[in-house]
Amino acid sequence: MNRKVLVVDFGSTYTKVVAIDLASEEVLGWAQAPSTVDLDIMIGVKEALENLKIDFGVDGRLMSKRLACSSAAGGLRMVALGLVPELTAEAAKRAALGAGAKVIKVLSYKLDRGEVEAIEAINPDILLIAGGTDGGNEEVILHNARLIAPAEITAPIIMAGNKSVKSEVEDIFRSQGKDIYVTENVMPELGKLNVEPTREVIREIFIERIVFAKGFHRAKEFVGDILMPTPLAVLRGANLLANGTQNEKGMGELMVIDVGGATTDVHSVSEGKPSRSEVILKGLPEPYAKRTVEGDLGLRMNAASLWEFCKQDSRVKNMTLPIGEIEKYVHHLTKHTSVIPTSDFECEVDKEMACTAVEIATQRHAGSLSSFYLPAGETVFMQVGKDLTEVKTVIGTGGVFKYGRNGREILLASTFKKENPFSLKPKSPRFFVDKHYLLFAGGLLSTVAPEAAIRILRDQLKEV
Amino acid sequence: MDRVTIILGVLQDIHNFGIRVLTYSLKKAGFNPIDIGALLTQEDFIKAAIETNAKAILVSSSYGHALIDCQGMREKCYESGMGNMILYIGGNLVVTKQNQSWGDVEEAFKQSGFNRVYPSDTTPAKVIEDLRHDLVLPQGQ
Repeated sequence: MNRKVLVVDFGSTYTKVVAIDLASEEVLGWAQAPSTVDLDIMIGVKEALENLKIDFGVDGRLMSKRLACSSAAGGLRMVALGLVPELTAEAAKRAALGAGAKVIKVLSYKLDRGEVEAIEAINPDILLIAGGTDGGNEEVILHNARLIAPAEITAPIIMAGNKSVKSEVEDIFRSQGKDIYVTENVMPELGKLNVEPTREVIREIFIERIVFAKGFHRAKEFVGDILMPTPLAVLRGANLLANGTQNEKGMGELMVIDVGGATTDVHSVSEGKPSRSEVILKGLPEPYAKRTVEGDLGLRMNAASLWEFCKQDSRVKNMTLPIGEIEKYVHHLTKHTSVIPTSDFECEVDKEMACTAVEIATQRHAGSLSSFYLPAGETVFMQVGKDLTEVKTVIGTGGVFKYGRNGREILLASTFKKENPFSLKPKSPRFFVDKHYLLFAGGLLSTVAPEAAIRILRDQLKEV
Repeated sequence: MDRVTIILGVLQDIHNFGIRVLTYSLKKAGFNPIDIGALLTQEDFIKAAIETNAKAILVSSSYGHALIDCQGMREKCYESGMGNMILYIGGNLVVTKQNQSWGDVEEAFKQSGFNRVYPSDTTPAKVIEDLRHDLVLPQGQ
């Protein structure tokens, strides 16, 4: 049997296929075609395979193994619930984001009927309920369970709150015929995050239930199980690159910036501990592999909101391009989301928007410092979030890096600036672009052949 | 019986030695103390207490500005549905005691809603005894 693998990503706009030979550790080819979730998901796959054959002469049907991930049909849409917004609600949100979900809403404290109706209207793929540390508050999660149980919510529900009321919450949902999964508390003790068990349950539900609900089962015959949401595959690819395997050294702590049409995702694989001794750490502990999603920073669907940010930027203010023309083009982008820029003008606008998206998204992702002056004259600093100043590798992924010409310039926007010394972004990283959009493939391959996966991933990264 | 959860931390200030000693002693005495750290705001204490179902909040401050920092804490407890929360404060509470007797200092903090106020030479044993009394727990070993 050959050791050739076909990796498929059912994206919201495009279905991407990558053919890889694990024996020679070569990427044999890549191709894409518009996604066809609404009709028959296999139409897009077949077209992408045709393109693969035309461009590289590779027959994807002959690959002995197939691995797939998906962010199509709206991605994995979740609503997360906790008690205090900055504590269990934040922990629940981080668990969902780290599982590759799109968090549509985060709710906290005792819900009222209006909020339950809002959840019904959102109709999420999964509802995650947390609240109370183990042995802590019981009242709020029980109240919320009783209010939600009779509601018109068909989504699977995950209970990841106070363990003292686990069975009670489970009974409340089960008695109303809800599909309930119980797992460990996302915050068993105050200030301690425990998101892995919840992430794993989310992935199980994704494979068992969501894929079927979204009509992907038609692809099952061809690609087997759809293993995970695409953002999780990217995060796993980033993790693999950073940490390496037993025999392959990783690249060390890194940051991946995925500038997409709808969102800009930032992944950091880093401890994020203070790099200076006089700094006191505050707030929730940060996940080693952390993902944040900026829903207002996208180059296509959210081009209009992104352009509003651009206009505040001094770099854009100094641009010589006619503002009227730019705004016309931005408007065009929001209506035609699969536009690939060709002219100098279009490339320049895309680059400026990507710079602003990277600048803001990394600032929101990275931690920040604030200073305190004590009466004795001492100054102390307080850090909230991750200190990424010592991160030495920044990787760009997404269309703008694949088609664009300005990878380095865009990624420079992710770095530490003297004018804003309290934002803890990387100080002197090397920049790489994921030229053929393979990070997701690396994440999927890591489930079957991690050693080959890291070598293939590293080889195709292009330093800029 | 479940151990009673107590929230401890340093309000606005960084001097956390007292809190660390107290956390150790409370644990030995059978409580579930949670040290939430330094440079805290009033809201940090209250939110931690909500999430953990804590029965008392112990505030430490040693930089002399506690009276300003503590204003409104009891009111915020009321707003958060924990109006009866037991609030203690201790440390080096005022910058200078030249014109103030300890009684005045204690009274000022009690006026702002604290159940008990401790000078810097208080022993953990005293705090534990008071907690058991105020929480109606049996006085232990």
